[in-house]
Amino acid sequence: MHIPDGFINVPTSVGFGAASAGSLWFSLRRAADYLDDRRIPLAGLVAAFVFAAQMVNFPVAAGTSGHLLGGVLAAVLVGPWLGSIVITVVLIVQAFVFSDGGLSALGLNVFNMAVVGALGGYLIYSLLGRVLPSTRTGLTVAAGVAAGTSVVLAALAFSLEYAIGGAGGASAGTVAAAMVGVHLLIGIGEGLITGLVVGAVLSARPDLVYRTPLAVAHG
Amino acid sequence: MAGGHVHALYRHHPGGLHRVEPQVKVATTLLFVLAVVAAPREAFWAFGVFGMLLAALTAWGRIPPGFVLRRMLIEIPFLLFAVFLPFIGSGDRVDVAGLSLSVGGLWAAWNILAKATLGAWASILLAATTQVPGLLEGLSRLRAPKVITAIMGFMVRYLDVIVGEWNRMRVALRSRAYRPRTLRQIGPLAAASGSLFIRSYERGERVYLAMLSRGYTGAMPETAPAAPALRQWLAAAVVVTGAAAVTAMGWVTR
Repeated sequence: MHIPDGFINVPTSVGFGAASAGSLWFSLRRAADYLDDRRIPLAGLVAAFVFAAQMVNFPVAAGTSGHLLGGVLAAVLVGPWLGSIVITVVLIVQAFVFSDGGLSALGLNVFNMAVVGALGGYLIYSLLGRVLPSTRTGLTVAAGVAAGTSVVLAALAFSLEYAIGGAGGASAGTVAAAMVGVHLLIGIGEGLITGLVVGAVLSARPDLVYRTPLAVAHG
Repeated sequence: MAGGHVHALYRHHPGGLHRVEPQVKVATTLLFVLAVVAAPREAFWAFGVFGMLLAALTAWGRIPPGFVLRRMLIEIPFLLFAVFLPFIGSGDRVDVAGLSLSVGGLWAAWNILAKATLGAWASILLAATTQVPGLLEGLSRLRAPKVITAIMGFMVRYLDVIVGEWNRMRVALRSRAYRPRTLRQIGPLAAASGSLFIRSYERGERVYLAMLSRGYTGAMPETAPAAPALRQWLAAAVVVTGAAAVTAMGWVTR
């Protein structure tokens, strides 16, 4: 579900592209102390994992299936800054090597999935983490709810971009309603599978989850 | 791991485009796509000219049309959105073959179909005529952040390993009669994804140690500097200027 060329006009694409570049620059700076030479192969492997995880098809409703987007999953597992860098890398490779997502829309796709999806989703996850108990179940629920919400937020971000500089044709409200409607269903699947994956990693290798609360790591 | 294995989208039948330096191709593709997206949708002829230019480059690169068409299938999900626009669109309506369609929606759908197809075509040509290491070199010569191209390099190098691992896990699940029909049955899928993450992460740690023992210092050795590609840059400038002129003419004659 990457935006191809022609959906959004050039000024809007360039504007959101600049916002994405700024966010990437900030994430690189924040991740710099963590992203030493040792972490670069690791980040590459995590990016390959996100790419493979996007091939995980799960049933959505009667006969249709959706696939994982992985923004919140990556952010919860390796931290928000590296997570958003990894999602950006996945999107760049998909646009340049696989022609998935338009080259002129790369900035828009990075904004929706790495900025709104991964960073925004992680914000929800960490806010929920303060309310929910610091247990495996608590973190699993927080990751799941954050992932499901982030998909709907990404759909809203697309609707906003379409309202500003879209190809037009339908009113902003119609586009937003259609996008959010479809992504509510996808979000349920995304949330369930993200929560369960985080739960599975927490029970096998809790030390691999970014900033695991001590109570969970040693429980 | 053979090169062709990593990059099945690359065509191993060198045509003219294969010999062009990657940074020239990357910059030209990006600017060409921007020119296409900036063209006014009313200028039908402009899209014809863009299409003919791409057809000429496809022929020069000796890429079979069927290869390009198959690769374009990836755009279909989002194009369905475009197909619905004339039905859900607002404003004036026209009757086409007994269907009442929105004029604005038809224009929007045409705009998306034309530009998405041309944009995908251009990037398919880039991927089909450039090996991934070349693509990364091209991006870093265009001053992409080093961390990003380094992560991309590791991602692409291990992509087939991780995807292959996932496919084996999927076969294992299926051979144990796992065929999820509803969301309630996705537990095993999630458990498999979780172990895929752990395996990828642990492989990352092993890769780092293996590289360290071979003298890795955090930066990959520099490859030979690019041959001066002045002629190629000039040819690229002609293509980009031509595309920009077509777009400009489109706005004038609109």
